[in-house]
Order: sequence, then C-alpha cells, then structure tokens
Amino acid sequence: MSVTIISLLTMGGIGLLFAIVLLLAYKKLAVEEDPRIKEIESLLPGANCGACGYPGCAAYAEAIVLEGVPFDKCAPGGAEVVEKIAKVLGVEGVEVGERKVAQVMCQGTDEAALDRAIYHGINSCRAAHFTLGGDKECYWGCLGFGDCVLACPFDAIHMTDKGIPLVDRDKCTGCGLCVEACPRDIIELVPISQKVFVLCKNEDRGANARKYCDYACIACRLCVRNAPQGSMEMRNNLAIILDHRQVDGEAEKVIAKCPTKSILKLVDDDGEFHLPPSLEGAKIVPTLKR
Amino acid sequence: MNNIWLILIATILVNNFVFSYFLGICPFLGVSGKASSAIGMGFAATFVMTMTAFVTWLINRYILIPYNLEFLETVSFILVIASLVQFVEMFLKKVIPSLYKALGIFLPLITTNCIVLGLALLGSMRNYNLLENVVFGFGAGIGFTLALTIMAGIREEIEFADVPEPLKGGGITLIIAGLLALAFMGFSGMLGGG
Repeated sequence: MSVTIISLLTMGGIGLLFAIVLLLAYKKLAVEEDPRIKEIESLLPGANCGACGYPGCAAYAEAIVLEGVPFDKCAPGGAEVVEKIAKVLGVEGVEVGERKVAQVMCQGTDEAALDRAIYHGINSCRAAHFTLGGDKECYWGCLGFGDCVLACPFDAIHMTDKGIPLVDRDKCTGCGLCVEACPRDIIELVPISQKVFVLCKNEDRGANARKYCDYACIACRLCVRNAPQGSMEMRNNLAIILDHRQVDGEAEKVIAKCPTKSILKLVDDDGEFHLPPSLEGAKIVPTLKR
Repeated sequence: MNNIWLILIATILVNNFVFSYFLGICPFLGVSGKASSAIGMGFAATFVMTMTAFVTWLINRYILIPYNLEFLETVSFILVIASLVQFVEMFLKKVIPSLYKALGIFLPLITTNCIVLGLALLGSMRNYNLLENVVFGFGAGIGFTLALTIMAGIREEIEFADVPEPLKGGGITLIIAGLLALAFMGFSGMLGGG
C-alpha cells in the first residue's frame, strides 16, 4: 500500500516539476505563428495523403500562408475546401478545376486474360511485376494484388472477384495515391465528366494481344478513324484519347466499331457511371484474394 | 581522471551506441541524408542525452533507490526524456527554425528513440558516479553524432555513384551501415578486451 502511495507521489512530483519547467520554457520560447495557419489546417481534410506535394496537411497549410503557394492543390478537399481557404485568406473569385477521379484502365479479368505462369511470391503487384513481369501473359495488364487498394486512404478503390479493382467514384478524391502505387501505370486520374475511355494499356501488336486478352486494344485504328480529327491517335499500338470532349461528343460513332470492346462509353449523358461488361456482376472481395 | 577518459573513448569508439549496441537506428537511417541536418540532429541528441544522463542519475540515486522504487526506472526515465525533448524542440523552433524544419518528425522522435532510454538504463546499471554518468551520456551522444556524420558523408557521395537498381535507396544504405559496423569492430580490444 505504502509503495503505491510513494510511487504515485514521486511520479506525480517528478511530472509536476517537469510540467512547471516546460511551462516556463514555453512562455519564454513561444514563437509567434500566423493564426491563419492553424485555421487553414483545420479546414483541410486531415488525411495527410500528400496529393498536394507537401508532407501533410499541416505542412501545406504553412506553405499556403508563409510561401504564398496556390491553395487549390488539395485534391481530397476539392472545390469546397478551396472556397473556405479563399475566405480565410480574403481572396475572391477563385476558379476551381473539375473534380478528377481514378479510373482503372484495364479489363483483363481472370476470365478475359490468360496467365502464363503461376506466381507464388509476395502478395503485391510491385513484387510480382519485378518478378519477370508477373503471372499475366499481358505485360501491361492489371496484376490484381491490390497495391492500389492498400494505398487508398479513403476506402475508395476495392478489389473485385474478377481480379480487377473498381473505383468508388463517390468516395474517390482524386489524390492519386493509387496511381503512384500501380507498378504498371494502369490507373489514371480522369475528369469526372469524361465519358469515353480506352480501357487498355497493351502496346503489343494486335495479332499477339488478342491471343491473350479478350478486351485488348489490337490497334485496328477504327476508333481513331471515326473520331473527330486530332482528338485521338495511335501511340505504340494503343489508341489514346487526346481531347475527351470531342470524343465524348461523337461517343457512339467512335466506340461502335471496336472489335474487342476496349474503348467504351462508361459515363452516360446523365453523368451516371456504368460498369464495363468485363466487370458486370463483379463482387467486392478482400484485397489479397490469391 | 583516467577513468573519465576511458569512458569517453569507450562510448565514442569502442562501444559506439549505433555500431555496437545498434541503438538509435531510426534517425541514423532517417536523418543521414544530408550532412548539415545530420550534425544538427547529432548535437540535439547529444544535448538530450547529456541532460538525460544528468537528470536520470539524480532521480535514480536520490529518489528511486532510497525508496526502493527501482521498478519505476523506465517510466520515470521516459518522463525525463520526453520533457527534455519537448524543451529542445521549443528551443530549436525559437532559435534555429531552419534546423527545426530540417529535422522534422525526427526531433520529437528522439523521445521514443531507444538510444536515449538505452543510455539511461545502461548508465543506471553500471553504478557510475554523477560525473562519470554525464560523461557516459555525452560520449554516447558524440558517438551517435559521429556515426550520423560518417553515414551522411558517405550517402552524399553515393548520390553520384552508379548504384544497381534494386539496391537504390534503402538497400545500399543498410549495406553501408553494416560495413561501418564491421569497421567499428576494429576498435574492440583497444581498451583491454573492451
């Protein structure tokens, strides 16, 4: 009993002593800080995702106030936060860019794309990618271990039972962490209004590509020919959308002829997102399915 | 007096905390990218460690041992360390803001760094007197600074070297750390079987 009391007293006493010393030191060594830094920090989402290019929300808030860095870099916060920060800083008439979301540019589901090996290594896309390019025959295709799922701090991207991750567009903030996590650069940030996507990254020759994936872009150029002049092009055997507004305008015509359905209109004219046929009926599963 | 020198040399070279006890590896790998911040971190840690050695000796000798409270050693030492680090943090923020920024998260992390607690616990185990204990803490800090600076110097050079792709970054750093530890093994035996 007495040991308990003595312990409590001594620890309390030591703690109190240090508290007093620190309090005095704090008074003596206090640094004047711009109150707007704290205010802006509290407005930022606090996810510390790093999409703005700073180590965290606190660092970004400091950079805004002290270095005059543009304050529209917070992807998760979006337009709402930019407006609020503008109010704090007393700036008016700020234009905010369109919201962006992540899109997985691959349809190589387990059914559609062939494997060329069985992979027994570490359960990570990055590891598989560096192990002779992973188990998929397609060197550009999604490996499906879900590095992107683990990277997402907002629970906005999930693995499906078909082996391709799916982005939850409502939750996605466009921070781009999944884009960085993907060793094959399959995920891209796209404007939320973009309707037509080339859901393939395969740069192989068409004759090869169609052998191992049902949805591969085989570089037949039909979409490019049907798209408005200059809005699309072929680059390394892959169709690339250069100007999505022009392509979206002629969406039906552009996608109609695609023999492998690798170019698709995923967002309809009401702005509703539809799953590509390759993912229809897909169920969400835990990350490490293999 | 001879004893003091022995402790100082022993903690800096022979029993270097980083290379022979493998304490304080986190900042050793984390802050050793640039020589300037490495030296800053080293001296901040040296200050904290010297003060820790001083205060913990007093607490141990005049409070814990007389009341048979040795079981509170770890808790009370952590309390001391945390307060000292807080103090150093405030001091640096006021006086050298650039260093405060360069050290970033590693400054508050001195609190939970095993090198400081390890020093306090090792010191209390060895029955040093006050002066010896303070020298022990100071030497450990200087040894840590030495390790950091050597590492930072090498890493600045490595920036220009053609490191194989898989070893870039963490890999080559750990290999260097291992080689340095091996090199420091050369000092063992210097002080009569140390």
